[in-house]
Amino acid sequence: MFQFIFKKLMLVVPTFIGITLLTFTLIRLIPGDPIEVMAGERGVSPERHAQLRAELGLDQPLLIQYKDYVVNIFHGDLGKSLITKTPVMEEFASLFPATVELATCAALFAVLVGLPAGIIAAVKRGSIFDHSVMTFSLTGYSMPIFWWALLLMLVFSVNLGWTPVSGRLDVTYWIDEVTGFMLIDTLLSGEEGAFASALHHLVLPSIVLGTIPMAVIARMTRSSMLEVLSEDYIRTARSKGMAPLRVIVVHALRNALIPVITVIGLQVGILLSGAILTETIFAWPGIGKWLIESIARRDYPVVQGGIMMVATIIIVVNLIVDILYGVVNPRIRHNK
Amino acid sequence: MSDSTNTETLSPEQVGPQPQTPLQEFWSYFSANTGAVVGLVFIVTMIIVALSANWLAPHSPIEQYRDALLMPPAWVEGGSWTYVLGTDDVGRDILSRLMHGARLSLFIGCLVVTLSLGMGILLGLVAGYFQGAVDTAIMRAVDIMLAMPSLLLAIAIVAILGPSLINASMAIAIVSLPHYVRLTRASTIAELSKDYVVSSRVAGASHLRLMFITILPNCLAPLIVQATLGFSNAILDMAALGFLGLGAQPPTPEWGSMLADALQFVQRAWWVVTFPGLVILLTVLAFNLMGDGLRDALDPKLKQ
Repeated sequence: MFQFIFKKLMLVVPTFIGITLLTFTLIRLIPGDPIEVMAGERGVSPERHAQLRAELGLDQPLLIQYKDYVVNIFHGDLGKSLITKTPVMEEFASLFPATVELATCAALFAVLVGLPAGIIAAVKRGSIFDHSVMTFSLTGYSMPIFWWALLLMLVFSVNLGWTPVSGRLDVTYWIDEVTGFMLIDTLLSGEEGAFASALHHLVLPSIVLGTIPMAVIARMTRSSMLEVLSEDYIRTARSKGMAPLRVIVVHALRNALIPVITVIGLQVGILLSGAILTETIFAWPGIGKWLIESIARRDYPVVQGGIMMVATIIIVVNLIVDILYGVVNPRIRHNK
Repeated sequence: MSDSTNTETLSPEQVGPQPQTPLQEFWSYFSANTGAVVGLVFIVTMIIVALSANWLAPHSPIEQYRDALLMPPAWVEGGSWTYVLGTDDVGRDILSRLMHGARLSLFIGCLVVTLSLGMGILLGLVAGYFQGAVDTAIMRAVDIMLAMPSLLLAIAIVAILGPSLINASMAIAIVSLPHYVRLTRASTIAELSKDYVVSSRVAGASHLRLMFITILPNCLAPLIVQATLGFSNAILDMAALGFLGLGAQPPTPEWGSMLADALQFVQRAWWVVTFPGLVILLTVLAFNLMGDGLRDALDPKLKQ
C-alpha cells in the first residue's frame, strides 16, 4: 500500500514541474514587451518601466528567473497583483471558499441526481425512464452552460421571482466573514433569514454548474451497472433467491461504483473550469470570476498565479482519487 | 449467436446472405442508431445552410436596421416576417446572424479538428512507434495538459496571445491534442506487434512508410469517433470563449459572442438570448449523437 502511494506521488512531481514551467512561460510568451503590454494604452515612464522590470525579475537571466519563481512558489509567494497590489496568494485565499462552496453544492447536486438516475435506468433497461434519462443526460452533456444559466435565470429569477439573479447574499444582511463559506457564516451569525438567503443564492448556480457532471455521472453509472448486472455472480445471487433490491444495492452497486468514483473525481476539473463561466454569469465572487477579470485587466501575475493554483488543486484531487481507487480496488494496487 | 460451432452441415439458409462491403456494413450499423441518423441529417442541413448563407440569409449579418431595434420574432405580437427570429439591440437580423454564425462555427470546428488531429496523429505515431525516451517525453507533456481544465488552458493561451478568432482556434486545438495523441499511441502500440507490420518491416519498408502507410490506416476508427466529438467540443469551447469576450470580436456573428452581447437585454428580449443558445445546443447535440453512432459502427468490440 505504502509503495503504491509513493509511486503515485512520484508520478505527480514531473507533472507539477511541467505546470510551473507552463505558467512561467505563459507570462513570457506575451508578444512584445510584457511591461508595455501590461501598462496598456497609457504607457509607462522609463523609470517606472525599469522598476517594474526589476520587480518582476525580468532583468535576470531566464534560468535564474525560473529558479526564483519555483523557490517563491514553495514559499507561497505568487507575486503581487498589478492593480490592487495585494499578494496573489492572499486574494486567492479570500475568494477560494466561495468557489469551493459553489463547486461542492454542484457536485452534491450532480451525484444526488445523477447516481440514482443512472442506477434506475440500468435496472429498468429499455423502459421509458431509461430512454428519458439517456436523452436528458446527452442533452445535459451537450449543454452550453452559459446559455443554460441565462435560461434558468430568465425563468426562475426574472419571470417567477423565486431566486435572486446574482451574488451570494442579499445586501440587507451584513455577515462577518469567519470561514468564508456563506452557508456556515450565516448560520454562525444567527441573523434571521440570512441562511435562507444564502441558500436561495446558491440554488441556480449549483444546478447550472452541476448539469454536465450530472449527465456524465448518470451515463457512467448506467453503463457500469449494466456491465455488472450481466456478470455471473449477479445471476448466482438472483438464483439463490435473494431479494432483487438486495442484489442491486449490495452485489451490483458496490462493484459498479468503482469506475463511477473515478469519474466523479475527474469532474473536479470540469467543475473548476465550469466555475469560470458560472461565476461570471451569476456575479459569484469566486476564483473563476477573478481570473476572467484579471485577464481583462491584463493583471498577469494574478492570471499566472491563479492558473498555477487551480492546476495544483486539480493535480492533488486527481492524486487523491487515484489513491482512493487503489484502496477500493485491490486489483489496481497490485497491478505491476 | 446460436449454435455457431456446428459448421460442417450448413444449408444455404444458414450460411446467410452475401457478405457486405465494409461501407454497407458500416451503414447498416450506423443507420440502426436513430439518434445518429438524426444527428447526421441535422449536420448536413447545417453545412448546407452555412455554405449558402450568403443567398439564404434574408439580411446582412452586420447591417443595423435602426428602425427595428429589439423586434420580437414574427409569431409574437409586434413581430414582423421581415425579421423572422427578431432583431438584436442594434437592429441586426438574428436569423441572418445565426446562419452566418453556422458558417463560422463549422469552419472553426474543421480548423480545430484538422489542426489537433494532424498534430495528435503525428505525436501519437512517433511516441508509439519509437517508444523509449521520445515516448516518455511526449506522454509526460500530454499528462500535464490533461491536468489542466481545457477551458482554463484555452483561456490562458488566448489571454497571452490576445483575443481573436484565430488565436482562440489555436488554443482550442492545442487543448484538445492530448486525446488524439493518446488514442493514436495506444492503437499504434497495439498494431506494432502484429504480423503484417512485422512482415512489412522485414520486406524493408522505411520508418515513414511503416508509420503512415502500414500502421496509420488501421488506427483510424477510434480517431474518427474522437474527431466527431472534437467538433462538438470545439464549437462548445469556442462559444464559451466568445461568450467571455475572448473569441470572435464584434461585429462578427459568432454564436457565443451573440449571447454575450445580448446579456443586458435578457429581461426585455428573451429571443436575443434563446435562439443563439438553442442553435449551439442542437449543433453540439447532433455531433455527439453522430459520434455515438460512429462508435457503434466502427468499434468492433461493440459489434455483436
